[in-house]
Amino acid sequence: MALYDWLLALHLLAAGTLVSALVLYSVVIAAGRGLTLPSEVSRLFRLSRVGDVATGVGSVGVLVLGIWLAIDADEYQVWDGWIIAAIVLWALSMETGRRTGNVYNAARDRARALVAEGRDLPDPELGVLLRSSAGLAFHAATIVLVLALLVDMIYKPGA
Amino acid sequence: MSVLAAIRPDSWNFPLLVHVLGAVLLVGGLFTAVVAQFLGWRRQPSADTLAFGRVAFLSLLLVAFPAWWIMRVSAEWISRREGFDDVSSTPAWLDVGYITSEGGGLFLLVAIVLGGLGVRRLRRDGGETSALLRASTVLATIALLAYVVAVWAMAGKPD
Repeated sequence: MALYDWLLALHLLAAGTLVSALVLYSVVIAAGRGLTLPSEVSRLFRLSRVGDVATGVGSVGVLVLGIWLAIDADEYQVWDGWIIAAIVLWALSMETGRRTGNVYNAARDRARALVAEGRDLPDPELGVLLRSSAGLAFHAATIVLVLALLVDMIYKPGA
Repeated sequence: MSVLAAIRPDSWNFPLLVHVLGAVLLVGGLFTAVVAQFLGWRRQPSADTLAFGRVAFLSLLLVAFPAWWIMRVSAEWISRREGFDDVSSTPAWLDVGYITSEGGGLFLLVAIVLGGLGVRRLRRDGGETSALLRASTVLATIALLAYVVAVWAMAGKPD
């Protein structure tokens, strides 16, 4: 395998890692909407720690390997329109992902605080955070942006 | 490989998009399930085992299983578009894809059945061990590793 093939394989594996993290967060968000007890919520959010690592590895890997690929391949340039679009979509998805994290990390922290205080009973504030429409909207936006990134990578408009 | 990517006919793009989307969702569903299964891995049944076992089972059933069909059907679609159904000897990377997709699919199916039975038994009897869930964890992990190899082979296309 040539360097380009290795870079492409690792780029795709990084993309798979990033999408895996998105799937994991989606499962946590969906499952969390049905929970009421802080101990259950706190337990569920242990999953998201692995998602945070996968997001870090996947997002940095996709960007760095993607730019390296564009530099390595003679037929592409980093300033090609579809590559610039991909970088913009990546940056936007990172921002919507960060905002999603702000909402659900607050739910996780609230659940942990309640458990630490020994108040393992349904809590209205925790319920509002878990069923936040803003959190759901930011997560949906992240999914749409990553999907658009995938479409851009395959169709390579203008290439 | 880089030249092939550059000259790929536009008519291949949509089946390829569906195939890649199915593959990354499959990996994402398996990744979520495996993370949950390892978090719930206990020698003695506990609330963690049941809660994470349920999340893992639902990730396998509702994400990984439908994604496997999307990946597999679109693999056949793109394979026909590329003319691989008419050749006597297929390239090694395609053989790797077929072996891992079908072998991994079997492992996935058995992991779903064992995971579902394990969750059902834990919920009903409480005191039972979670050997079924542990067996499901092992199978899902093997399937996940097989699909990581498949992503590498599909992208890098080794001889």
